[in-house]
Amino acid sequence: MSQRSVDWWVGIFVLLGIAALTVLALRVGNLSGFRYENGYILHATFNNVGSLKVRSPVKLGGVSIGEVTKIQLDPKTFLADVTMRIDPKIKLPVDTGASIYTEGLLGEQFIAIQPGGMPQDLQPGATITLTQGAVNIDQMIGQMVFNKASGTGPSVSTTS
Amino acid sequence: MSESFIPRLGHTVWQTIPRLGAATLLLFSGLFAVTHRHFSFSQWLRQTYGLGVLSLLLMIVAALFTGMVLAFQGYYALVRFGATSALGTLVALSLLRELGPVLTALLFAGRAGSALTAEIGSMKATEQLSAMEMMAVNPIAWVLAPRLWGGIVAVPILCVIFDLIGIYGGYLVAVPVLGVNGGTFWAQMQSSISFQGDILNGLFKALCFGLVVTWIAVWQGFSARPTAEGVGEATTRSVVMASLAVLGLDFILTALLF
Repeated sequence: MSQRSVDWWVGIFVLLGIAALTVLALRVGNLSGFRYENGYILHATFNNVGSLKVRSPVKLGGVSIGEVTKIQLDPKTFLADVTMRIDPKIKLPVDTGASIYTEGLLGEQFIAIQPGGMPQDLQPGATITLTQGAVNIDQMIGQMVFNKASGTGPSVSTTS
Repeated sequence: MSESFIPRLGHTVWQTIPRLGAATLLLFSGLFAVTHRHFSFSQWLRQTYGLGVLSLLLMIVAALFTGMVLAFQGYYALVRFGATSALGTLVALSLLRELGPVLTALLFAGRAGSALTAEIGSMKATEQLSAMEMMAVNPIAWVLAPRLWGGIVAVPILCVIFDLIGIYGGYLVAVPVLGVNGGTFWAQMQSSISFQGDILNGLFKALCFGLVVTWIAVWQGFSARPTAEGVGEATTRSVVMASLAVLGLDFILTALLF
């Protein structure tokens, strides 16, 4: 094996490594996820964000249009304030609503946007107040069991 | 029996501690020998070729099968909960965080570490190392340093290729064979894997393993008894010790990093 072909092979080897790392970073890790960096900011206040995380997707009709950039608690109102970045091509009406849903039974949580019908658009930095927080399955089951046991309230079945 | 046990234990400790010290000294003098005038860049390239490029095919085949088996087994476990959409995450996380670095290092210890020990051991047995010293060539800078640095460079690169091929192997089984949705496979993976936390930490592990495996292989070669039998023993010990060291170090690194 001549020195020159060794040089070539080691060069190819190192390049392969760099290429593999790039593909891993873009395809597997979410370095490519900063797609909304020139998007505009919207806020939404929720009473419960569940397990929503920074970088969780924001979807409209199932299509990803943005991502969550910050989640913090408003110390005055005790509501969770979610900051998100939205694709600048998507202009949302003023009476737009936002809810937190779960993808499937075990999937991650995301913000689903329900566009309204008003002619005015939400300006960058505006806050969506028509919101519905994450559904707490534990609480729902607890309530259902409680209602069934006490025999009052809207029970789930057999109310003859 | 009990009378001879304690003196023997003491004797073993008495012998092990200076050996460990000598091995550490060898490691540092090897690592710093890059600045020595007898360190040859072309020798380092040659070793990187021998340790890295020639191990590539083994790694690719091993990674492909590892990823495929992971996808099968993961599917079997996840399909009971109807959570097959998490298969991509499962395959990628287990490869990037554990299986990639550990399997690369174990295969590297078997494929390249053993050859290193045997090579250096027989150099010692045939008095080539002494001959170098006679010619005022520093064997640490000429023989040891290129091998050490070759191993340190080769293992992380092999690991990154292992990770990538493994994930595509998992994809090959999950999507066409098991019928998992291809979009969900990648999307779920992307949303739960962080570049720094998972990919770079995994590579840091591989770097540590590369250092330890090459160090043990080189040390075993240098300290082998200069006979044919001694070289054989040293080669066996090199693979066994390197594999155990990788597994033990993996536990410590996982506890520290993740």
